[in-house]
Amino acid sequence: MSYSVGIDVGARMTRALLLDGHGRVQGRAIRETGARLELAAQQVLEDLCGNYRVSRPEIVYIASTGYGRYRVPFRQIQITEMSCHAVGALWLFPRTRTVLDIGAMNSRALRIAPTGRVEAFRMNDRCASGAGRFLERVARSLELELEEVGELSLRSQDPQPISSICAVLAESEVINHVTAGKSVEDILRGAHNSIGERLVALVRQVGAHPEITLTGGVTKNRGMVRALEERLGVQLNVSPHSDYAGALGAALLARQRWLRLQESAARGRLQSCEGAQTAFGPSP
Amino acid sequence: MLVAGVDIGSTATKAAILDENKQVRALSLVDTGANVVRAAERAFQEALRRTGLEAWDVTFTVGTGYGRYRLPFGDLQVTEISCHTKGACFLFPRTRTILDIGGQDTKAIRVNERAEVTDFSMNDKCAAGTGRFLEAAAQVLGLELGELGPVAAASRKPLKITNVCTVFVEQEIVMHLARGCPVEDVLAGVHQAIAGRSLGLLRRVGLEEEITFTGGVACNPGMVRALEERLKLRLNVAPESQYIGAIGAALFAWERAAHGEAGRQKNTSCAEAGTGPGGG
Repeated sequence: MSYSVGIDVGARMTRALLLDGHGRVQGRAIRETGARLELAAQQVLEDLCGNYRVSRPEIVYIASTGYGRYRVPFRQIQITEMSCHAVGALWLFPRTRTVLDIGAMNSRALRIAPTGRVEAFRMNDRCASGAGRFLERVARSLELELEEVGELSLRSQDPQPISSICAVLAESEVINHVTAGKSVEDILRGAHNSIGERLVALVRQVGAHPEITLTGGVTKNRGMVRALEERLGVQLNVSPHSDYAGALGAALLARQRWLRLQESAARGRLQSCEGAQTAFGPSP
Repeated sequence: MLVAGVDIGSTATKAAILDENKQVRALSLVDTGANVVRAAERAFQEALRRTGLEAWDVTFTVGTGYGRYRLPFGDLQVTEISCHTKGACFLFPRTRTILDIGGQDTKAIRVNERAEVTDFSMNDKCAAGTGRFLEAAAQVLGLELGELGPVAAASRKPLKITNVCTVFVEQEIVMHLARGCPVEDVLAGVHQAIAGRSLGLLRRVGLEEEITFTGGVACNPGMVRALEERLKLRLNVAPESQYIGAIGAALFAWERAAHGEAGRQKNTSCAEAGTGPGGG
């Protein structure tokens, strides 16, 4: 079997996804990225091989994406997060016209044509205000696990506003709310609403055309999905693979690339795979 | 006659007590924590204890600080900008520009020869370039705030910090350390990043000598050096930099008292004065 793999080295988590020769999802693996990006990438690949009994030579093409995509030494190709999330989201929900990717450090909104071409792109990459880190800081200051804050926020009766855009300054605000006796649920809902506002502004900049598909690690947080749906007034596409959309897109593009190489080789225009790679030239 | 100034900062609360000759009689500093009113009360009591006198000996008290969480304390509230200007021009009468770097905001203030504020610019939306930025760096590096300056001073080749956002810089620091960059080089880079941000703020109000550096971050010699290198100018830094806001507040109190006004501390306890209605 010829497998292809997508590895998404994110700011918080590194994810890998395995596609078989027929383009079906065969497995996933996840690890904390930590400071040694190469190691995290190596580990998720080993996890895939070990857990799904795939031998390394059976993996014919590896594409890396994400914040640490250049730090995957065994990759065949690196692809931008933008392309990977667009491809991944379209595969999950073929009627996707807008993608909102919410990561730990960056959030991006894409408008994509029915053909899958990215038509518009906006990113929040200078500050953590509309990203997962904001929630991480809030969770930490409330001494909660990141995984529980979304559910808790859904139980809020009286959301407390968080006026700071800055994740660091919001922490002091959270502490002030705690001191004033506000409930954890209400503070959390306020935090989710605050990020929601920033993200909705980002999505509107690319038009917010339905259907809107959410991708990235934060999509596992139901409180966040709710906060966004309330503000956008539409239902959002979320799948169990949403947090792997980057890795999925990378794996799909890796497979596409591999198939094209095979095709070229079969046509006999090129002698070897290495030759084919140079013939494709450097990607722009 | 004694007068007092209390500066409630986002990180620390400072109190200053002056006598009728405008001599500083006592200074005190406590962590602000979550209860702002209590911090003000504690700082005031601590300064008072150091003078050996009683609350009723204090004729007038002025409160300042902490932007949107400003709470009434003392007999009168004066903005931080006015208090920092007052304090800086008192300690350094030739001051024309003030840079105040506090826990959560950074301000550049321009003053004329009569010590009046003519312009100011402030960074309070984001923790970049504030004391929080240094705190975050200290936390990631496992250092105390007081160690930052001395450690950074050992750097031979400061690293360039590319991010602005404090949260992103934390990650950047972790990455640099993982690649084996020396702690002092990373830290020197952090100081330079703040200096760069401060310079931008100072340019907005116009840089005119002399420049007085105030606020808690002015206690960090590494920050003073980074700024002086960047500005290619000497900065006025007083040993009591962190207390300049409180001293300025006390000077406003002195002016009121000198005009014969008396605050309510004479017949009420300070706690009541702090929380009671009409504190301003």
